[in-house]
Amino acid sequence: MLQHYGPQLINLLASLMLLLAFAMLAQRRIMSLINLFAAQGFTLFLSTALVAWLTDQSHLYGSALLTLVLKVIALPWILHRLIRRLNVKWDVETLINIPSTMLIGIVLVILAFNLALPIALLAGTLTKGTLGIALACVLLSFLMMITRSKAVPQVIGFLSMENGLFFAATAAAYGMPMVIEFGIALDVLVGMVILGIFFFRIRERFDSLDTRHLEKLKEH
Amino acid sequence: MPLEMLLLLASPLAGGLVLALTGHWRWAAEANAAFSALTFAAAVALVTRVVAEGPFEALQRQFFVDPLNVFLVALTAFVGMTTALFSRPYMRVERQHGRVSDGGMRLYHSMYQLFTFTMLLVLTTNNLGIMWVAMEAATLTTVLLVALYRSHASLEAAWKYFILCGVGIAQALLGTILVYFAAEKILGAGPDALLWTQLDTVKGQLDPAVLSIAFVFLLVGYGTKVGLVPLHNWLPDAHAEGPTPVSAVLSGLLLNVALYALIRFKVITDGALERPFASNLMMGFGLLSVAVAALFLSRQRDIKRMFAYSSVEHMGLITFAFGLGGPVASFAGLLHMTMHSLTKSAIFFAVGHATQKAGTQIMAEIRGLIRLSPTIGWGLTLGTVAILGLPPFGVFASEFLILTQAIARAPWAAPILLVSLGISFAAILGKVQPMVFGEPQLSLLSKSRLPYRPALLPVFAHLLLVLMFGLYMPPYLANWYRQAALLIG
Amino acid sequence: MISLSGVVAQFTELVLAVLLAPLLTGWVNQCRAWLQNKSAPPLLQPYRMLAKLFQKEVVLAHNASPLFRAAPYLIFGCLCTAAAIVPTLGTDLPLNAAADAIALVGLLALARLFTALAGMDVGTAFGSLGARREMLVGFLAEPALLMVLFTASLISNSTSLATIAETLAHKEFVIHPSLAFAGIAFTMVSLAENARIPVDNPATHLELTMIHEAMVLEYSGRHLAMIEWAVSLKLFVYSCIGLVLFLPFGIAGGGDWLGLVLALPALLAKLAAGGALLALIEMLSAKMRIFRAPEFLGTAFLLAVLAVLVHVLLER
Repeated sequence: MLQHYGPQLINLLASLMLLLAFAMLAQRRIMSLINLFAAQGFTLFLSTALVAWLTDQSHLYGSALLTLVLKVIALPWILHRLIRRLNVKWDVETLINIPSTMLIGIVLVILAFNLALPIALLAGTLTKGTLGIALACVLLSFLMMITRSKAVPQVIGFLSMENGLFFAATAAAYGMPMVIEFGIALDVLVGMVILGIFFFRIRERFDSLDTRHLEKLKEH
Repeated sequence: MPLEMLLLLASPLAGGLVLALTGHWRWAAEANAAFSALTFAAAVALVTRVVAEGPFEALQRQFFVDPLNVFLVALTAFVGMTTALFSRPYMRVERQHGRVSDGGMRLYHSMYQLFTFTMLLVLTTNNLGIMWVAMEAATLTTVLLVALYRSHASLEAAWKYFILCGVGIAQALLGTILVYFAAEKILGAGPDALLWTQLDTVKGQLDPAVLSIAFVFLLVGYGTKVGLVPLHNWLPDAHAEGPTPVSAVLSGLLLNVALYALIRFKVITDGALERPFASNLMMGFGLLSVAVAALFLSRQRDIKRMFAYSSVEHMGLITFAFGLGGPVASFAGLLHMTMHSLTKSAIFFAVGHATQKAGTQIMAEIRGLIRLSPTIGWGLTLGTVAILGLPPFGVFASEFLILTQAIARAPWAAPILLVSLGISFAAILGKVQPMVFGEPQLSLLSKSRLPYRPALLPVFAHLLLVLMFGLYMPPYLANWYRQAALLIG
Repeated sequence: MISLSGVVAQFTELVLAVLLAPLLTGWVNQCRAWLQNKSAPPLLQPYRMLAKLFQKEVVLAHNASPLFRAAPYLIFGCLCTAAAIVPTLGTDLPLNAAADAIALVGLLALARLFTALAGMDVGTAFGSLGARREMLVGFLAEPALLMVLFTASLISNSTSLATIAETLAHKEFVIHPSLAFAGIAFTMVSLAENARIPVDNPATHLELTMIHEAMVLEYSGRHLAMIEWAVSLKLFVYSCIGLVLFLPFGIAGGGDWLGLVLALPALLAKLAAGGALLALIEMLSAKMRIFRAPEFLGTAFLLAVLAVLVHVLLER
């Protein structure tokens, strides 16, 4: 039963990832943004575990577990703590209004789907269809980073880009080798810790986490 | 794993940990220099081994050494050591001036060693995935270094650096995933499918469509770290706002290492595509970087920013040379990589002391260095003369080779290169000349001496080496470069 | 070819829709009251109100045109036709030839047009304001609804509602991720089109926020009864479209008498669940400013477009 519906379920989860990526793009409140990020991580965990089960790729279980621990538990927890400690404003401010951002998002999705089609044709994996969605998630997170003016949403965009990349690896080639996934996860975690330190310094200096304060260095 | 290699990687890693745990500022600088010297000794031993025995792989093929990376390893370890020597008095002066706290000093020394470790890991690993991980780690270790002063500008520069390089490096990961996807078809799944030596043997069978898309992502990703226009935005800020030793290693080493990663992928991509797609892209981006950087040079007011733009220009030139390809152009590219790395770090050493003397980084306010401190003044003058490509320095030899190759094989590009080099020549010389030979402000003359004696040995050691390469290249070195150039193709 | 079962199914469907529509409205109101811990009005309250309104005298503005008097019947007629072409019990209907997704959207648009015209007819400020807002909402909701229907059409390769229901209900079960997107988009569109929270509040007469109520302020007596009934019918039609697209199970095929009999309790159960869900959504969301409505509906449209894109990528 699950064997039969497995690939379809993966497609469903992939669509859910895309939906969550859009929800993050449209989100105005920082707490919901973190929760959405955790939800995206959880979807990624589910789909990776499902792929692992369907294809008997035992190393993917490791990758799924890594996602669960890092993206669903650790990072959202750190982010929540940071928000509480920093006591930042609750709103996400955008540089472009949200409907326009979403429109650009749709264009990016079409672009990603087109880009992924020739690659997906070569892939023999049962997840090949989802490669386009993975690419779209990467591009949407990219868009989120560009269009947000506060530091925390930018960082969440960065982390969610990592989600998209993990998903791309699973979709195209059943995941990267375990050593490398561990390395990437370690980098992300260390990066998050460094960013945490960084947030405090930015705030101590500017009393705000608005990165528009960080636009003084320009060409004269 | 051979002992030299183990030592090469273990020394900076251990150094980073030891200095993080116990690095009191009074002796951390000495320890830092000692660890760097140990690393350099290991690198020298590694070089002699490779010269004697040829390329080899280690630890189940996860590490490998060939003429191309061993030359960069030696260069990295050498500049790492001299910069550690330079930073000893420099950082102490900064501490004295109250710009860095004691904790900051500890962070600096520890991160410096870890940064060296990540660069050496990028250079020696055979696994393209590990290469990515190490490259990202190199960004992470330097972000806090750039923000060391905690000033408005340095925080901004570090934030920009983190976000731009983070996004860029994420694109590179996507490219790496795509390469793995193509490789896994031929080599089978598992960590071995990302080994460069394996990929190199089967590059003809890799799918060209996937590889070309992958290379675009990789070029954007690693190109951001190389500082190629239009992805160079972080570079001048990070160079200008971080401590000067960090600027020196960023310019002299990190950019090289990022370019090295790009070259490895270029070899595979060109092999898979059987047409010079990757090469052409690199030529285009290189040329753009040279031209744009030259235009920006004349508009700079901050001395470190100006030399950062000069780094963009030279990295563009090197990228162009590798894009052009062929034994001579690749040879010239490698030579220029070495020359630029040595010269630019020497310049940053001199600039560091000069700005400490003058108390500012604004060029218009620095005047008459030759009278304030003849050695610093001469160091800066000679460094500038060298980086501008005047004979008899080595930069002249490499730039000359690149230009003749461009004229012979890409005549359309030669005028752009010549004009850009001319513009940057005028811009840099016009700004440095009054700084050194102008009339000093009286207030500066009466200022007391720096509390610690500046370390000028690294400056002149570098310049002497550059001079030597310009006048005479030892045959074994030339031979070594030739072999490395053959690998690049 | 018209079969007996088809004629019976068609007739039952239409009668059921007309008769059950106020009941659904009553059910939603009751659920909402429960959720808000209020004492609920009786389930049959909408029928009592209709009966009361039918007995009352009609008061017309002296400058009302014939259109004003005809509009309630026209609106009711449009929605009856719409209710007839949405398959609720069986898929083998005599009106199948006309039961096209685009025709359905057209019928709904026609009903809206008459409502808006009637709202402006008397020339009061509120009527015009309501009409303008209604047209704004409709202008944005219609493309989204069309895209949702197109997604279903792409899956079943037909714009005929009966074929869509047939494909989704009786072919082998396949997970369609695109329908997840379409479902969310459809829910958003239905909320807007049926004047529910968060776009409009059916229970308010606060002039700054109301949309639908503003247009029908001038109506009284049996005219108002027709319009209220039509409003209930619209909610019923939208619920049924939702059920056809996203929960088509239980709809009988051609000539399946037993299926037809079993389809009725299935339909009632699904409608009850749908109504409760609507009440829940309304309770959980806050009414938003009217100027946010375009953004809300734009999001619905984008989701519907995404549904089409996802279908193209994953399901072909």
